[in-house]
Amino acid sequence: MASEPSRSPAIELINVTRRFVSPTGKTLMALRDFNMTVERGEFVAVVGPTGCGKSTTLNLVTGLAKPSAGEVRLMGGPVNGIDRRVGFAFQKDALFPWKNVIDNVMAGPLFRGKSKAEAERMAKDWLARVGLSKFLHHYPHQLSGGMRKRVALAQTFINEPEILLMDEPFSALDVQTRTVMHEELLKLWAERQASVVFVTHDLEEAVALADKVYVLTAGPATVKSVYNIDLPRPRVVSEIRYEQNFIDYCKTIWEDLRQEVETSYRRASEAA
Amino acid sequence: MADITMEAPAAIFRPGTSDKEIEAAALKSIKRRKQVVLFWQIAILIGSLGLWELSSQMNWIDPFFYASPSAVADRLYDWAVNGTTEGSLWYNLGITMEEALIGFFSGSIAGVVVGIGLGRNKLLSDIFSVYIKAINSIPRVVLAPIFIMIMGLGLASKVALAFIMVFFVVFANAFQGVREADRDMIANARILGASDWQVTRTVIIPSAMSWIFASLHVSFGFAIIGAIVGEFVGARFGIGQLISIAKGTFDAAGMFAAIVLVMIVTLAAEYVMTLIENRLAKWRPQQSLDTH
Repeated sequence: MASEPSRSPAIELINVTRRFVSPTGKTLMALRDFNMTVERGEFVAVVGPTGCGKSTTLNLVTGLAKPSAGEVRLMGGPVNGIDRRVGFAFQKDALFPWKNVIDNVMAGPLFRGKSKAEAERMAKDWLARVGLSKFLHHYPHQLSGGMRKRVALAQTFINEPEILLMDEPFSALDVQTRTVMHEELLKLWAERQASVVFVTHDLEEAVALADKVYVLTAGPATVKSVYNIDLPRPRVVSEIRYEQNFIDYCKTIWEDLRQEVETSYRRASEAA
Repeated sequence: MADITMEAPAAIFRPGTSDKEIEAAALKSIKRRKQVVLFWQIAILIGSLGLWELSSQMNWIDPFFYASPSAVADRLYDWAVNGTTEGSLWYNLGITMEEALIGFFSGSIAGVVVGIGLGRNKLLSDIFSVYIKAINSIPRVVLAPIFIMIMGLGLASKVALAFIMVFFVVFANAFQGVREADRDMIANARILGASDWQVTRTVIIPSAMSWIFASLHVSFGFAIIGAIVGEFVGARFGIGQLISIAKGTFDAAGMFAAIVLVMIVTLAAEYVMTLIENRLAKWRPQQSLDTH
């Protein structure tokens, strides 16, 4: 235990390396000497070239994967298995298609031993917050992509996670729906003040949402640079993209990111 | 602000293309299609039965070997009213159904349990896969004589044969269904707080369900095969025994009558199963109508 757990950062990755052994017996390195700190209540975005190991960092924090070397700490303590304080938003739809909307949202509290009545009350409350009170008994396939994402957000937020991990959650949505979802996410985040790690390949999305942007190198991923995004909050995502500050941030970070994207492409074409 | 603003004009439809008319036309064409399908289904049935009857009456085919629809119907009526040489028809049918149903339920429950168990445990499945492949490569009907030798002419030997025929089909599908369960969905459940058992109950089993149901359709037929083949090889009662006796006495009509009976029973079971499946799978997307 850390000496002052209340002051310690929400997430720390200290010199983390993660290797995989493929079924043929070869080792693949996804992360190398990776360092990241997320303060409490901070919104961190992680950008990097495709397939560089962004998602691996999230799996280490959930406890679904263990580091090969180095240390992962949550709220000052070590990670032992899946942590109850963590919530996860998936890139794909991870809703249960055989459950209707309210049963999907109730799943978390029921898994954690809440009574059915209590879970139902909480689920109705969260579905009202994401504007889906009229769709309690619809099945996921009857909803649009944006509505399914809202259900997924309610399903994640109902457990009131102190740490929220998001793996390209909006990449499958169209641009307009995505902007709406950004605002919704920022609203929910402002109410809860959770610590967020948001993985994306969309730089503008990263700058619009985050306090801090981590740029990763082409795999094996390590941190290339960290940018503090000093844009005032509350932010209006649909308008912020026309502000000069925003454009400057995007330009600077893109210069940095471009080299890594090019390296990644070159390697992919050499391998092919 | 805008350079040009468009006023939306009221939609003008060509005659006969308003929403109401298109809906009415679509409904009508669906109804007509159903009627056409039904008409041809009945026409083919009557046509083929009629041709069979005619060929038999005109001696184009030997009625001694091929019987005729009327002879089969007579035999069924006779069996139903006067009973068979082996006692009442319903008693014989009941025996076969009892064997098939016990084999079907025990085989599919065992198949689901073992399939999900091995599907969830990589080590066990690696160890047992070679034995399962080996046993699966035995044509099941060759086990009938062994079962009858061990368990006698009664119920047990037929149930065992039906069981073994059902078990492997259901097992293979349940196992595959578990393997196909979405990894993100499992991770989602675990992060939301599910224990291993809760993951199995709320994610693995529902997602394997459509695979399992696909196998249940086939395996009810297999259970019937198991029961009847068992009765061929050795039994005192049952539809298989009736067929066996009919064969021994060159009674073609009797054989066809037994076949018709089994066919009706299996179709009825299939229908019930589809009803249950539709109830359980109400979450699945349905195809929308296309307006042509």
